[in-house]
Amino acid sequence: MQRREGLAKLTGRERYVDDLPLDDFLWGATVRSPAPRGRITAVRFGPAVDWGEFVVVDHRDVPGPNCVALIETDQPVLAADRVRHVHEPVVLLAHRSRSALRRAVAAVEITVAAETPVLDFRAAPRPEQVQYGADNVFKHLRIEKGDVERALAAAPVVVEGTYETGAQEHVYLETQGMVARLEGDVLVLEGSMQCPYYVLKALTHALDRDVTRLRVIQAPTGGGFGGKEEYPSHLALHAALLALKARRPVKIVYDRAEDMAATTKRHPARIRHRTGVTRDGRLLAQDIAVLMDGGAYVTLSPVVLSRGIIHAAGPYACDHVRIDGRTVLTNAVPFGAFRGFGAPQTLFALERHMDVVARTLGIDPVDLRRRNLLRDGQSTATGQVIRDGADREAVLDHALTLSAWSEKRDAHRIFNAGDPVRRRGIGLATFFHGAGFTGGGETALRSRVHVAGLADGRVEVRTANIEMGQGTLTVFTQIAAARLGLAPADVVIAPADTARVPNSGPTVASRTTMIVGGLIERACDDLRRAAGLAPDTMGAALGAGLVRWHDRHPGSEPVGVAEYERPPGVAWDDATYRGDAYGTFAWGAYVAEVEVDLRTCATRVLDFVAVQDAGCIINEALARGQIQGGVVQGIGWALLEECRWADGAMANAQLTNYLIPTAADVPPIRVAFRETPYPLGAQGAKGMGELPLDGPAPAIVNAIADALGVEPTEIPVTPERLMAIADLGLRIAD
Amino acid sequence: MSVLLPASRAEVLAILAGHPEAVPIAGGTDLLVHWPAQVERHDRAYVDLSGVADLGPLRWTDDALVLGARTTYWDVIQDRRAAIEFPLLVAAAREVGAVQIQARGTWAGNIVNASPAADGVPALMAYGAVVVLQSLAGTDEVSLDRFYTGYKQMRRRPDQLVTAIRVPRAARDVQAFEKVGTRRAQAIAKVGLAVTRESGTWRVVAWSVAPTVRRCPAVERLLADGMPIGGPWDLLPAIDQDVTPIDDVRSTAEYRRHTLARVLHHTLRDHWGRA
Amino acid sequence: MSESAIHNPQSAMSITMRLNGVEVSVSVSAADRLLDTLREGLGLTGTKEGCGEGECGACTVWLDGLPVCACLVPAYQARGRRVDTVEGIDAATLSPYLESGATQCGACTPGVVMTAEWIRAHQDLLATHSIRELMAGNLCRCTGYDGIVDAIERATADGGRPR
Repeated sequence: MQRREGLAKLTGRERYVDDLPLDDFLWGATVRSPAPRGRITAVRFGPAVDWGEFVVVDHRDVPGPNCVALIETDQPVLAADRVRHVHEPVVLLAHRSRSALRRAVAAVEITVAAETPVLDFRAAPRPEQVQYGADNVFKHLRIEKGDVERALAAAPVVVEGTYETGAQEHVYLETQGMVARLEGDVLVLEGSMQCPYYVLKALTHALDRDVTRLRVIQAPTGGGFGGKEEYPSHLALHAALLALKARRPVKIVYDRAEDMAATTKRHPARIRHRTGVTRDGRLLAQDIAVLMDGGAYVTLSPVVLSRGIIHAAGPYACDHVRIDGRTVLTNAVPFGAFRGFGAPQTLFALERHMDVVARTLGIDPVDLRRRNLLRDGQSTATGQVIRDGADREAVLDHALTLSAWSEKRDAHRIFNAGDPVRRRGIGLATFFHGAGFTGGGETALRSRVHVAGLADGRVEVRTANIEMGQGTLTVFTQIAAARLGLAPADVVIAPADTARVPNSGPTVASRTTMIVGGLIERACDDLRRAAGLAPDTMGAALGAGLVRWHDRHPGSEPVGVAEYERPPGVAWDDATYRGDAYGTFAWGAYVAEVEVDLRTCATRVLDFVAVQDAGCIINEALARGQIQGGVVQGIGWALLEECRWADGAMANAQLTNYLIPTAADVPPIRVAFRETPYPLGAQGAKGMGELPLDGPAPAIVNAIADALGVEPTEIPVTPERLMAIADLGLRIAD
Repeated sequence: MSVLLPASRAEVLAILAGHPEAVPIAGGTDLLVHWPAQVERHDRAYVDLSGVADLGPLRWTDDALVLGARTTYWDVIQDRRAAIEFPLLVAAAREVGAVQIQARGTWAGNIVNASPAADGVPALMAYGAVVVLQSLAGTDEVSLDRFYTGYKQMRRRPDQLVTAIRVPRAARDVQAFEKVGTRRAQAIAKVGLAVTRESGTWRVVAWSVAPTVRRCPAVERLLADGMPIGGPWDLLPAIDQDVTPIDDVRSTAEYRRHTLARVLHHTLRDHWGRA
Repeated sequence: MSESAIHNPQSAMSITMRLNGVEVSVSVSAADRLLDTLREGLGLTGTKEGCGEGECGACTVWLDGLPVCACLVPAYQARGRRVDTVEGIDAATLSPYLESGATQCGACTPGVVMTAEWIRAHQDLLATHSIRELMAGNLCRCTGYDGIVDAIERATADGGRPR
């Protein structure tokens, strides 16, 4: 099935929040802290502006607790007397004229009595920099399996390595935007978001307002990638506060520079490996230390750390594993969710390290993976026994075949010997990604889905899971249509409006197709029961049955309901961090071929192969698009995308200076799927939206290492960074 | 904010004579970047060149390709003779931004914007281009080599308009253009090199490595004198005489210096040591 | 345009342009970008703002038949010119984009369609330029570009369409 809303998007008719008609509204804007840490001593409103024309909001206007409810309650809606990062929101303004608003924002002076900020997450804080506990570590998690110290001591070879990954900015093409308006007594928020119910929760908390007087509607969303998981709650509160004070609709749309500088990014990380191996490459012990920059407020950092450490030892069988994860508070602009959510960071380190291990032992990096890839019956670092029937070695072999691995290696040897300025290399990564929320997370969410029978015989699927390009509308349509024997046109997907849909959980964690899709299937089955139809009623008979039901029950509708149930046999212990971390994992093997220009140290990706087993593929075109898009984001993260910091905020907050790949920077991404059905996922599917972020960076850096014989340990591998570590034979010795 | 909408070259010059603070605007690809946020730019008067018909398109004479005040990068890319006689102009044009910028950006605008990272200027300088400036007081011609006097400083009075750029036609047996950016398109140069040789005379132009786009006389002397060059490192003394790369948001001084040496060495590898 | 232009700085004016084939008059302020005039002055919200700096191409429209970033065009420069936006594209010709997965979230899509349809109408360009080079001014964060490039290959393989 083609993308359901595709034509609307291609013709420009799809309306995003900034396109929605809005009468008599005010623009809203934010005045932010200029300093990374300190006490606000003054807020001065400049003399050249007629402030009577403006709506002005500060922390005193927050009716409830001044905090944005998420995991913790540490982050204020608006800074009161202290600031913890540059760009922290302090004052909100609204005005009819956007240009007058811009001048006004510049005319508000916020004075901060500076305190010493922490801007390097790797360094132990000095006493005057401690802002949490004794050492700024606000989350500490540990995974232990077997006895890693003893195993390391006994290992014939121990290989150490330390790796670093940088922050990454989402660059969704539609910037953050939100409209707040009152409809009678109901405050309505409409905007670009991934999680309407997260926004609702934040609103009820800080506005001290009952859910019956609140409504959150997701507008068509131009990309999210995690950047619109939690941040929209802030924007919604800002717009709401202004709208409540102004008694008029308020629209806030960030321009690109503000969006890049002030909103969340991927957590920077440093990961240290100590790996004990036999001489022929069998893993004996993995001792891994993960450190993440937690930014100025907690946001989702504990969960990012959690997923990061669970994936840190990779898709390998090893009896002795210790993974120590810490997230440290700094005065950087807060970090947040970004596709992959901790796993890309730790899997980069692991897969880079595996190649280092291979080279240290003098064995082929392919053989090292083959020797250690999990087989069914073996267990992960948390002791989760894998038995999904997927042939992980076959995924690897498929990638090697598609990429012409051996032939290319031979060809590169010849090429590299002959070319004066270019060097080619090929590299791989094997990895995995858990689908759905970690451990007991899905159970705690208690996601709920409704499928209603309409009077005309069509059905309406009601979930809070949104479309942001990944294909939700289309896949949900396919799932419901298949389950009920209906044509796609007879399936309506309700807008993600909290007044109309139940809380099916957030659109994150690669859960939408697998878990929520599965709930849709069960809700479809329950619809038959609710409409008094036999369990095998399908197609035209089903439609007719719904019409009859409506005739007999005017003013009512049959609604099928499904609520999440933990699959039997899945057990997770949050206290010990042991057990079944995820219902299932998707498996990947990616191969990158690169060419390095020795004159400029610039790396070009010549070819990229992405093979995965993500269960059954419901829509091949959409799935392929997800993998291709994720791979290109990974290529950008590996080679191009670098956040430059000034006082913990992004100094290069422009698309001219923060570079994402253009069409000319990437080759065609060649994708293949192997399908081992996952019985508990909708139509046998596993989640895979985030999987493609885990493989590209290590595959590419492994390829660079292969091309040049150097061992980069940090991404992005910019030309400047590569020049610093490479002896190119043309090196300047002066 | 205000804009004046002249219909002829004479009107433009009269406006500039009377209002030297007025800013001529052609394609707008520099001036309008982040326009809504650049509130200080709004409090100015602009002179719109887009409606001035007699600021003519590019034309060919026996001696030169003459670019008009409003000639865009795309105009040159589409000109078949330019591809043959001035391949560096076409190469430079194709590496400016992307199609949408090439369709609007003008060579004259690139010159007066005076960015040290300008892509059009180096190609023009490598061809010995001459800038034609007109005002009510008359016409001045300045070779592009001498046009810049410092960072964002040029030999243009506020009442002058760049009305043409004359690019001399000649037989050039060496022509090379190398722009080192982070991406293959939509990239600001980190290091750039444009080189020609005409009747034995070398023009080596570097950009993004000094406060202005500039000739590299020390490097040109090495080539002219036929100095034997073993490797890129042998070029560093001359490079250090000619350019002063810095650290900035895009790159580092060390990267620029070493990369310039390597690119220079490789690009002219057939010519070092042969006068 | 008259002699009075010299002494008559304008901060607002009425301009007429040929918009999607139809003569349209609209009031613009001197500080308006063509993007602002299209979206707010004329309610044509198909053209999107992605960056305001001419990097992303989400605001691509045709000006006298060439693709340009509307965020970098002063509105007053559209006077007397031809402007074509995504609203003027015949939806019936867009099936190659649907079939090849050229759109996901849709935010970059109108700009992509404008550049792609321009390529489709000028296929002689493909003798000197690759599709990827011609599309390099349209950033996409969702598709990885394959869906877009495949769509244009498909659209140009069928011989293009008359315009």
